[in-house]
Amino acid sequence: MTRVRETLPAQPALQLGVDHDLCPGCGEPLALRMLLESIEELGCAQRAIGVIGIGCYTALSPLMDVDVIQALHGRAPSVATGAKRMRPESLVFTLQGDGDMVNEGLQEVIHTAARGESVTCVLLNNGVFGETGGHMTATTVIGQRTKNTLEGRDAAYHGHPILIGDLLAMQGGTAYAARGSVHDAAGVAGTKRLLRRAIETQLAGEGFSFVEILTMCPTGWFIGTAKGPEYLAQVLGPVHATGELKRDGRYVSTPELRERALRTRNETI
Amino acid sequence: MTRALMEGSEAIACAAIAAGCRFFAGYPMTPFTELLEHFAKKLPAAGGVCINAESELEAIGMTWGALATGARAATGSTGQGIALMQESLSEITRAELPLVLFNLARGQGDYFQATRGGGHGDYRHLVLAPCDAAEAVALTQLAFDLADRWRNPVVVYGDYLLAHTAEAVEIAPQAFPPLPPKDWAVDGSLGGTGHSRNVNPLGMEKGRKGIEPEPFWKRLAAKHESMAQSEPRCEIEGGDDAELVVVAFGTLARFARHAVRALRREGARGALFRPITLWPFPAEALRQACRAARRVAVLEQNAGQMIDDVRLALEGRVPVSAIGGISSDAAGFGIGPLLDPDEVRGRIEGALAGREARQ
Repeated sequence: MTRVRETLPAQPALQLGVDHDLCPGCGEPLALRMLLESIEELGCAQRAIGVIGIGCYTALSPLMDVDVIQALHGRAPSVATGAKRMRPESLVFTLQGDGDMVNEGLQEVIHTAARGESVTCVLLNNGVFGETGGHMTATTVIGQRTKNTLEGRDAAYHGHPILIGDLLAMQGGTAYAARGSVHDAAGVAGTKRLLRRAIETQLAGEGFSFVEILTMCPTGWFIGTAKGPEYLAQVLGPVHATGELKRDGRYVSTPELRERALRTRNETI
Repeated sequence: MTRALMEGSEAIACAAIAAGCRFFAGYPMTPFTELLEHFAKKLPAAGGVCINAESELEAIGMTWGALATGARAATGSTGQGIALMQESLSEITRAELPLVLFNLARGQGDYFQATRGGGHGDYRHLVLAPCDAAEAVALTQLAFDLADRWRNPVVVYGDYLLAHTAEAVEIAPQAFPPLPPKDWAVDGSLGGTGHSRNVNPLGMEKGRKGIEPEPFWKRLAAKHESMAQSEPRCEIEGGDDAELVVVAFGTLARFARHAVRALRREGARGALFRPITLWPFPAEALRQACRAARRVAVLEQNAGQMIDDVRLALEGRVPVSAIGGISSDAAGFGIGPLLDPDEVRGRIEGALAGREARQ
């Protein structure tokens, strides 16, 4: 069998340059690339409107060669709602972090899902406020060390992480919800498939769509740059298990996805 | 269109739709509720969208998104709800989006909130204060024009009586000079061309790393200074001979106008100065109106807010006293005993006689 090596372009067609200020080892530029490639491949380059939240990824918005609206921290889903209602023919998506979507703007995204708003919300989840330097968010997992949970997140003291994908999947207006990860090549490729399905869901007018992408934040996790993928797989991954949470009207919970991941691993071993 | 009898809320909704407003989002709160009801009933028929937002934060967020697409869009609320919107209100100003915000307040205790705002950073809004439904119709249409012209939020500030009193009004679209095209509005069409748009309140630009806040904020401050110079509006009742100038706005100014007219007919040398724009406050016009005045009496339904702007305008040239005060009904909706023709007349007579206010 001949292995075909494909050389990928340095940047997707919808990206203006590659120079950005995010940290080495950050997973967000990778997630953005999958999103921009998906938009282009589905023929939506000239009908896409992005609504950007506030976090590290905000600095990436000038690199996106699609129309964007910069929103306040947490408020992207309502802004996307107004834009979509006025331009129903557009592909409208949000780009938000876990601090933005799950802390500050939790009710916005839930209401937008419940309304069945025909928008796609994309969550970049690294379990910390990366921009402020690594503080606990609503998705920080139990035991995770952050700048304000120095001994690790203690459920009794700091509470439990929110599984936002499940909250959204359970809403009647949600047509598609999934969780991917960009910590390895398979995860990157899988994340792109999820993003494409979410966009297709919106194009088909089926309702609200949501993709959560687990991204590396070695700076906010206080580990070496190269350790990000391993940390993600071992710390965040088991809690925020990847897979499709809602598709074709069927809801698969995160605990079920966790069990599925464990079975697959045992079978592999 | 012929004249029709309708409450102020309905008149405002009709005027907004006549001005081309095609998006509205709101969350119920007295006395703003009926405005939302009228938009919910009328906008879909006009080809627009009205969303019952899940909170005031989402109402203004949705409106933000609609505005960014180039649509004429509005939201509104009352005191507490407007307070919740402050973060978006200041940030929308920096995104230079032409928001029209209907602030139907409970009395006049939200003058500071309307004219100063509670948001972050240096920002200004035009604030228009109609005194009756007919003026609300005119100022609503003007608000949409000014918002587009300046690319800046405009607040229409009314109250319970304005919202709920039925008056005969004529809703005819007003003509305004042509506006520049909204080439900044997002429609997705420029994606992939290297010229895609960025409706951004942080001063970020496509293809450029980082932000340059200082030049961006200075440009906005210069725009707000131009607005302050060119947009003050007021109404003056009475001549240059006035010894007493009463300053009042909105619904209460209607009561004051009635009293001043009656007193002038009886020979009293009083005048009414009514700011129509609360920001920019018509300071120069007030100085002119007070050239011969011995004293200025501020009639407002609060503990003393607009009086600060009056004093700033007059720079100590004329003594200024308060003849209004806090006055409310049992529900706190701002329909207090001060809103009475005889009460207002009595207070103005007191000021004419040089008596201090009965607070």
